[in-house]
Amino acid sequence: MAGLLALPFTVLAGDAPAPEIPKAKEKATEEYGCVAPVEYMRKNHMDELMHKRDDTLREGIRTDKFSLAECINCHVTPDEDGQFASFGEDEHFCSTCHNYASVSVDCFSCHRDTPEDTDYRHSFNVGNNPHHGKMALKGNKLSVETLKVLTEGDQE
Amino acid sequence: MTNKTYNADLSRRHFFSKAAAAAGMAIAPGVFLRQVHARPAEQAATSEKRWGILIDTDKCAKGCDSCVTACMNENGWGEINNSEEHSNPHQKAQWIRKVTVKDKQTGHVQSLPLMCQHCENPPCVDVCPTGASMKRADGIVLVDKHTCIGCRYCMMACPYKARSFIHEDLEDQKVVAPRGKGTVESCTMCVHRVDEDGTPACVEACNADNHNAMYFGDLKDPNSEISRQLKQYGGEQLRADLGLNTGVRYRGL
Repeated sequence: MAGLLALPFTVLAGDAPAPEIPKAKEKATEEYGCVAPVEYMRKNHMDELMHKRDDTLREGIRTDKFSLAECINCHVTPDEDGQFASFGEDEHFCSTCHNYASVSVDCFSCHRDTPEDTDYRHSFNVGNNPHHGKMALKGNKLSVETLKVLTEGDQE
Repeated sequence: MTNKTYNADLSRRHFFSKAAAAAGMAIAPGVFLRQVHARPAEQAATSEKRWGILIDTDKCAKGCDSCVTACMNENGWGEINNSEEHSNPHQKAQWIRKVTVKDKQTGHVQSLPLMCQHCENPPCVDVCPTGASMKRADGIVLVDKHTCIGCRYCMMACPYKARSFIHEDLEDQKVVAPRGKGTVESCTMCVHRVDEDGTPACVEACNADNHNAMYFGDLKDPNSEISRQLKQYGGEQLRADLGLNTGVRYRGL
């Protein structure tokens, strides 16, 4: 029994290679590279962003540290053709880990996911987020069988 | 218990003495030089300022829409962002619009820009169930889209029809103006510019076109251009009867 349970997990772990995280454009600080130690950022970036968003919007505090725009400016870098991946694509800095960990992000339904004045490589609407119309149900269409059950069901 | 009361009293006294000092500074404006430096980035906006816009409707040119175009360019709405392909023009966002008013008796026609009036007592903030509709300490009324649930109560409460709702996914937003489906938005008085000691895009465009129909400034600073203009020539609120004390004033209506 234990063997049966363990099997799928081993298979899954083998199937998903660790993400290749794109290099940032520059070093924000000499000490850490990023604005804080990388381990700290990996674990706490969401809390810092959450804290910063309230400071900025409600108080008007516009420092660069932990500003989402600055994260994007530095971390979202162009490919060889000079074009930028948009959020949802594996090459986008945020997506590399978020796709791997299967953690959804709401930031980019409003915030720009590339530095200002850059062209998207593809349309914004990739991925499979049911809250966002054009993305919805792309790889998740109801099967013919399910549709049949839903529409024809027992109606006598 | 006694101790606690004593402490509370102390801090109260402390607060009042500080408040009195601040008031003293404001009462004698001529003594101090006007602050010309921008508020440092790490410092929060305070109620020592209240930002406002004065619009001179006599100078506002009929048929001119440079303020509207400038706003679109700055904040990425309207023609600048055609993401909402299924929405008709009435459903799409309008942060600022040109309105033509006509006096039926005399036939006198006037043209004016209309946007969020940045009320001191904003009805949109009163009705918001999540606290997303908010007024900053310096009087700028904003929507915190992080907490906006898109219920649109604020749109119904606003007597100026200043707010819009986003119906569809957007792409290619401006960095300075995040906008997205399911949230309400309106004029931000270009808060990102104001925080860097700048002028709203509409006012800048109006001046650039030599119409000079818009003044932007601190209503609490008696030496600011807007305050002097208001003192000398006056300026009305739209629907003053509602007692909202708007930050946007009109002259010549």
